[in-house]
Amino acid sequence: MGLLVEVCVLVVISIALRWSVSQNTYSGQSKPPMYGDYEAQRHWMEITLNLPVSDWYRNTTNNDLQYWGLDYPPLTAYHSKICGYIAQYINPDWVRLYKSRGYESYYHKLFMRYTVLVADFLIFLPAAVLFYLAQDQLDDKSMLFGLMVILLYPGLILIDYGHFQYNGISLGLAVLAVACLGSELQMIGAALFTLALNYKQMELYHAMPFFTFLLGKCFKAGPFKGLFELIKIGITVIITFLLCWSPFLTSVESAKQVLTRLFPFNRGLYEDKVASFWCSLSVLIKLKNILSQENLVLLCLSTTLLCLLPSSLHLLYKPTITNFKYALVNSSLVFFLFSFQVHEKSILIPAISVCMLANREPLTSIWFLSISTFSMLPLLVKDGLIIPYIGLSVMFLIACVYISQPFNNQKPDSLSTLKKINFIISMVGAILLTGASQFIIPPPQLPDLFPVLISSYSCAHFLFFLLYFHFAQIFGDEIDVDRKISKSTRVQTSKKQKSIKKEN
Amino acid sequence: MAAIYVVAAAVTCFKLLLIPSYRSTDFEVHRNWLAVTHSLPISQWYTDKTSEWTLDYPPLFAWMEFFLSQIAKHFDPEMLRVTNLNYASDATILFQRLTVIVTDFMYLFAAKKFCDVCVKKTKGKESVSSNIYQNPSLIMAVLLMANFGLLIVDHIHFQYNGVLMGIFILSIVCIYQNQFLQSALWFSILLNMKHIYLYVAPVYFVYLLRCYCYNPNKQGSKFSISSFSLLRLIYLGMIVLTVFGISFGPFIYMGQLSQVLSRLFPFKRGLCHAYWAPNFWALYNIADKAASIIGTKLKVLSSVAVEEASMTGGLVQEFSHTVLPSIKPIYTVILTLLAMLPALIHLFLNPQKGGQGFVRCLVLCGFASFLFGWHVHEKAILIIIIPLTLLILEKREDGRLYLFLSTIGFYSLFPLLFTQFETPIKIVLLILHCLYSFSSLSNIYRSASTMLPVVSWYESLYLLGIIPLEIYNSFIHHVLKLNISLPFIPLLLTSVYCSIGVLYAWLRFYSTTLKSSTHKTKTS
Repeated sequence: MGLLVEVCVLVVISIALRWSVSQNTYSGQSKPPMYGDYEAQRHWMEITLNLPVSDWYRNTTNNDLQYWGLDYPPLTAYHSKICGYIAQYINPDWVRLYKSRGYESYYHKLFMRYTVLVADFLIFLPAAVLFYLAQDQLDDKSMLFGLMVILLYPGLILIDYGHFQYNGISLGLAVLAVACLGSELQMIGAALFTLALNYKQMELYHAMPFFTFLLGKCFKAGPFKGLFELIKIGITVIITFLLCWSPFLTSVESAKQVLTRLFPFNRGLYEDKVASFWCSLSVLIKLKNILSQENLVLLCLSTTLLCLLPSSLHLLYKPTITNFKYALVNSSLVFFLFSFQVHEKSILIPAISVCMLANREPLTSIWFLSISTFSMLPLLVKDGLIIPYIGLSVMFLIACVYISQPFNNQKPDSLSTLKKINFIISMVGAILLTGASQFIIPPPQLPDLFPVLISSYSCAHFLFFLLYFHFAQIFGDEIDVDRKISKSTRVQTSKKQKSIKKEN
Repeated sequence: MAAIYVVAAAVTCFKLLLIPSYRSTDFEVHRNWLAVTHSLPISQWYTDKTSEWTLDYPPLFAWMEFFLSQIAKHFDPEMLRVTNLNYASDATILFQRLTVIVTDFMYLFAAKKFCDVCVKKTKGKESVSSNIYQNPSLIMAVLLMANFGLLIVDHIHFQYNGVLMGIFILSIVCIYQNQFLQSALWFSILLNMKHIYLYVAPVYFVYLLRCYCYNPNKQGSKFSISSFSLLRLIYLGMIVLTVFGISFGPFIYMGQLSQVLSRLFPFKRGLCHAYWAPNFWALYNIADKAASIIGTKLKVLSSVAVEEASMTGGLVQEFSHTVLPSIKPIYTVILTLLAMLPALIHLFLNPQKGGQGFVRCLVLCGFASFLFGWHVHEKAILIIIIPLTLLILEKREDGRLYLFLSTIGFYSLFPLLFTQFETPIKIVLLILHCLYSFSSLSNIYRSASTMLPVVSWYESLYLLGIIPLEIYNSFIHHVLKLNISLPFIPLLLTSVYCSIGVLYAWLRFYSTTLKSSTHKTKTS
């Protein structure tokens, strides 16, 4: 009863925060001719509603791919079509072919914001709650803390409800998939992850750990049983893929058309100022000017693959659920830092993986999540979201640090004290940079001074986190033993307290 | 305790998120007052008529606007031009919203002080100390700081109730600590910022007279007229008169006192606000309406007379009754005073209960003015609910009434926010309030209730009745397409439904207050 109420309170608070952010401006609000992601999503509703499936990803007279052409996988397109139907029912002007371009009104904004809320209501919020409720080895306190971190994470709220996107769907599906794998429901987990991948191709950041984890599990199961498991999972994935792609499988050419839309290698190495390794490196060396486009792609690909190896091989060798969660962070962070064509919003994918580790790494997860939100600051400022950014981040930081105190104080040794000091210094740095970027006008010869400083500052953090999480995954077992002991003592003391209460 | 600061910080951050919300005309009212106090000499503060939203708060509030305007000019000087009506640039909105958030620190400070000083420390259980669902002092802090009504009225609708309530609570804390002069000082300042607190002034008068001016040496000893101390009355009078002198002095000097007073007390408004506050008059109006309809149906009344009466009602925003006698302002004053009298006498005779008894009387006077006052706003329910919050840890009965009244009272604020974007906010926040207050108070008062915890089954039924009511108001009414022909029905239903609850809570609270004293004297 008590636990249920506390979970409900957290969910309701997260809805209140989400909705109050949605009153703010969205990306590209009243900025013709291209507007922003909000218009892109609306445009996809228009396209999918009015054009036949075969034309969705094709440049035709009615579908100008230069104007926010559809470049997400089929599930996004289907979702847009459903929303498009509802929009047409409410007000046909919202989705009229061509004429609705750049449509903006109070009620349209309300409708769009509701679609995000409904999607979260159906997918992300249940996924987050199930993920933490399904871990029955957790005590109530750490469960609630984990839930709080994933539900109140400011980055996701700001991008989905401020900037405007539907990240909650793909991330929620991925979280649910992880929850299923944790509960030994391999096939459902694999299917759910395939759905996530088919909603947003960015979920590829998570693909490697899913693959190696399931493969490692099959290896462990023994030759016959393992092979059988592998075939079952393989068939599940293939069927899910076929179902999602069925309208586009009429010819090889139409499938290829979709694929080239999803993976545009002809774009740049990075967009804007991203906290990726390459972008931060460009402050020192301009790789863009030295290497050709093809070589750049190759360089990114090889670095990414090389960095993926340690965590993946370790997971393959020791496919435990904890290693899997660490590997999800490591893999997605490697992709974010080293892959080609990274967007600053892609940090949400490593961030959601860290959210799933919150109960194991209380302080580190708060640290990472705060920095990840901070790394999107230039984007958020452009969208006019600076005040919600401050409000949500400060609330998240203070509340989570306060709640996580009992977990962090378990082992007061010099290492954890050092970590806390570093955490405080790093947060102060982020706060100072935020303040400076708002109030100090950069010198005219360096107009991008603050975006570059912010992205480099974040990138340095991410590199450090990458090392930390690799270390934690590969050498975490020994630490684990300590934790188990301290946990069992905690359980005993809580049992004692309960019995004392009963006596009273 | 660090947890209180965390709660305060989290609530403040949430207020930041509400900055882009809907703003009522009160936003323009306060912008205009910023402009008036900044650009006009004092002599014109209460005479200026450029905007229809003339200054109608007492002088100390005007001075607060004056000080705020000194900062405002660094945000956007345009908002300080008196002729710049309905000006709302981004900087103006940001500035005005921030002033509410910052002045609210006064409220947060007062709430923390109350929790530190007046909440009895529990038996030092370590495990309980940090849980916001179990620690009494933290529950009090959350219920005060994250008050639904203040969030809605101040940070969305736009008003400065937070700072006023903060001063109010500070004066109450002083009463708890027996610092009577300081309490009088705070309350006089409060009265000179918003005169609606005049309604609770009799409580201060009676209590200070009884506990400060009589029995100067022995607290709680038997009452005797001879123990009266004139010196103490003079002290009190000096404090009150000094504050009033600073506030009204300049206007008396300029010969504008009557002008100022006419601005403060506009008796030309109607008995009820456009949306009926859920009070006695809402029931009175509906009874009149029902009687007139039944009367015409039965042909006891001529339909021409009924129509004439309702016609005049529409024009001057004054509800003239057809069957029942029409109400004059003086009637409401007499009724209000009559409703207050037993509570005041009770307070005078039972001062030994200290701050707790004092707050009880404040709540009762708040009730009386809300139920029977002239032109009462629905927002005035906060003057009942916030002092009532201070009592929740005293007795199970108080906790129960708080749960009942806060739910119904907060729901009655719903019509204040009618824009589409704010609908989810108000619903979600009310759900949050109910979830938290019911679960935390059920941890304090163990209950075996079959429905909602702590409250009784019929109260639960009544509160759950809000759900179908709201569903009707927001959906069914529109589906039936009645919103064009009968647009006022949802408001009417809400105020009538809530007024029954408020009236019930009043009677119940009155009886527990009066009963508790007799019970105590019997046992002692």
